[in-house]
Amino acid sequence: MDQVLLTRTLFGSSMAFHIIFATLGVGVTLMILFAEIMRWIRKDDDYGIMAKRWTKGFAILLGVAIPSGTIVGVMLSLLWPGFMEIVGKVIAVPFQIEIFAFFLEAVFMSIYIYAADRLSNVMRVISVALVAFGASSSAYLINIAHSWMNTPRGFQLTDGQVTDVDPWAAVMNPSMQYTSKHVLATAYMTGAFVLVSIAAYKLLRKTNSDHERAYHKKGLMLTLVVALIASLYTATNGHDTAKMLHNEMPLKLAAAEGLFETQANAPLAIMGIPDPETGTIIGGIEIPGMLSWLATGTTEGVVQGLNDFPREEWPPLFVHTLFNIMVGIGFSLIGIAGIAIAWSVLFRGRDFPAWLLLILVTTGPLSMLAIEMGWIFSCTGRQPWTIYGIQSTTDAATQSGNIGTLFILFMALYVMLLVLTGLVLKYYFSKNPLHEDLTKMKVQVLD
Amino acid sequence: MSEVYIAILIIWVFLFVYAIAGSIDFGAGFWAMFYQTSKETQASQIANRYLSPSWEVTNVFLVLLVIALVGFFPGAAFYLGTLMILPVSLVLILLAIRSAFMVYSFTVKKYTRTLTVISGLTGLLIPALMVSILPVSIGGFIASSGERHFILFNEVLTSPAVYTHIGFGLATELFLSALLLSDYAREAGNEEVYGIYRKNAIVLGPVTLLFAVSALLTLIPEAPWMVETMMDIWYLFALSLAAAVIGYSTLWWKSDKTNLGRPRIGVLLIILQFGLASFGYGLSHMPYILYPDLTVYEAFTDPVMFRWLLYGYGGGLAILIPAFIVFWRLFMKDKRYLQINQEEK
Repeated sequence: MDQVLLTRTLFGSSMAFHIIFATLGVGVTLMILFAEIMRWIRKDDDYGIMAKRWTKGFAILLGVAIPSGTIVGVMLSLLWPGFMEIVGKVIAVPFQIEIFAFFLEAVFMSIYIYAADRLSNVMRVISVALVAFGASSSAYLINIAHSWMNTPRGFQLTDGQVTDVDPWAAVMNPSMQYTSKHVLATAYMTGAFVLVSIAAYKLLRKTNSDHERAYHKKGLMLTLVVALIASLYTATNGHDTAKMLHNEMPLKLAAAEGLFETQANAPLAIMGIPDPETGTIIGGIEIPGMLSWLATGTTEGVVQGLNDFPREEWPPLFVHTLFNIMVGIGFSLIGIAGIAIAWSVLFRGRDFPAWLLLILVTTGPLSMLAIEMGWIFSCTGRQPWTIYGIQSTTDAATQSGNIGTLFILFMALYVMLLVLTGLVLKYYFSKNPLHEDLTKMKVQVLD
Repeated sequence: MSEVYIAILIIWVFLFVYAIAGSIDFGAGFWAMFYQTSKETQASQIANRYLSPSWEVTNVFLVLLVIALVGFFPGAAFYLGTLMILPVSLVLILLAIRSAFMVYSFTVKKYTRTLTVISGLTGLLIPALMVSILPVSIGGFIASSGERHFILFNEVLTSPAVYTHIGFGLATELFLSALLLSDYAREAGNEEVYGIYRKNAIVLGPVTLLFAVSALLTLIPEAPWMVETMMDIWYLFALSLAAAVIGYSTLWWKSDKTNLGRPRIGVLLIILQFGLASFGYGLSHMPYILYPDLTVYEAFTDPVMFRWLLYGYGGGLAILIPAFIVFWRLFMKDKRYLQINQEEK
């Protein structure tokens, strides 16, 4: 493997690892906040236990989330020194504010976890709200930098020198809104669906007591509602993103959709493999006019195809598959969540059937898979550029050797941490089963 | 004062804050490990009581330092990122192991002992490794061929300056954390644990000073370019030494508690000592970030960006300071948190 590809693989794997924890960090904190609010409104201590148990799981994940975030943050300078040199001059502001959001999250997370018993109800909700706010804002801010890589603004690069810096223009770049909101909404969606999976899995057990079943049903409904809202929003936002791509990065859109010829009435290709030699999609289904309608609002609209661009600027065409998997999962999840909620509205009080619960168990992993696909799509679809149209990935990458060794070391680290964190979570929750928490609560009420 | 000087001063402050907070954090992890098997004392619990809520916040200071360097001195981020890829990657891996295993150790009671040993020992190595980056930046260890620069690891490994710095890093983290934990124990009203950490601080104080002086002495032949400024600002180092001596003596000052010593004043004076010494070191290092290849002027960010960042840090700190005060009151002051129940022993 050549140096640049190896560097990309190392950074990509690190991101793929970090994004699991980062996404849950944003999504689960929001769910904890909702559980706290429900407990407050409904005066139902089940929600208090829910918040407590989710928080414990989250606190374990934090042990990896925080250092993995530190790793990717520092790795940017190690692996992409040429890129970070421009970042520092042009788009340092969101990175900097992100740090403050990060502080807010860390400080109030500690307060929420370690001082919960000394806080009033209001203060506890405020602390966890600040945790969720900190987590969400840092995700929002860091993705401003990511959006700027796709649609860079606010500077000129002449002979390798950065001039005419306008930090505000860099922040307010054309894709900023779409990208950051997309990442936030999908994080909420994934956090909620992962908790949907757990609740559905628990409901599948035959040994639940009545109280346990009631608890899991409350959890399932709360998470399903949030998951549905977030995934519906993601769909509309995804549509806006396609329109933005049409205007700002037509090549990326063409690669995502596997469109070779510039045309009006452009078809939407679902699955299939784009073949650069023949300029057609092998297999797959084509819906006539659909792509034009999605990108321009009318089937008459002209959508640019890959052939309009020099071949050496094309991203790898497998991004079409990644893009399809991401969108496909997104729509399936809307359907699943919709059916589950419809079920409980129509048949009030009746238990979910086992088949539906089984499907619900898959939503968390599927959602996380979509996140990974989306990230690989977004960053591979930008190739061969690191800063689109301005800095090539080759120019951004480090010149230092030893990347192979580092790759092996970091992979070993990630695999170890994934396995151990899984085991630790399993150990903790089997040592501290729900029924103990529920019994403790009853004893407290009787006292 | 020029913009470049303001920027480097901010970097120094962040570096200094992280050096202190990080030393205490990793040191406390070590002490939690060191005393965990001891049945007679709560020294380990006190260390964990400090560590649990604070490690995440400490870690953010590290990210703050890196981000500030990228923003204010993108050229330095480029240079250091390229050169330091191996040592910094090693620090990152150790950091991940340390944090993860610390959280595991709080969670999995069955294997707490093993997990704490892993996080304690990896944590111990981190500051030592970080400090060893300092002598590499003073020149003599970097070679270049064409555009590429690289560290001469053979030269580094045979340089006495590197070893005195590693020793200094180790001694500092143990001394600072022992001193702070003695103060923390006293705040908790636990005079028995206070006595233990006071004794550790008494032993480690002179060791740290010895390493500091030997690090400086082994540095001078490697970096003659720094010496002239050092001579000019000798009073900073003299003041630093005075703060060290007085700070150390506070361990014997009279107090209204069972044991001798006023650790709070000690902590403040020792922090002052490190502040003065770091400031002096930083001034002597000017104008170079990496001698002789990179100066602060070359590495400096765009002037427009500089002003934006300055406002950003101003605004951010204004929001954060109240949060830190709440944090301090809940975890460093509140007796309900500090005191350890008998059943937890």
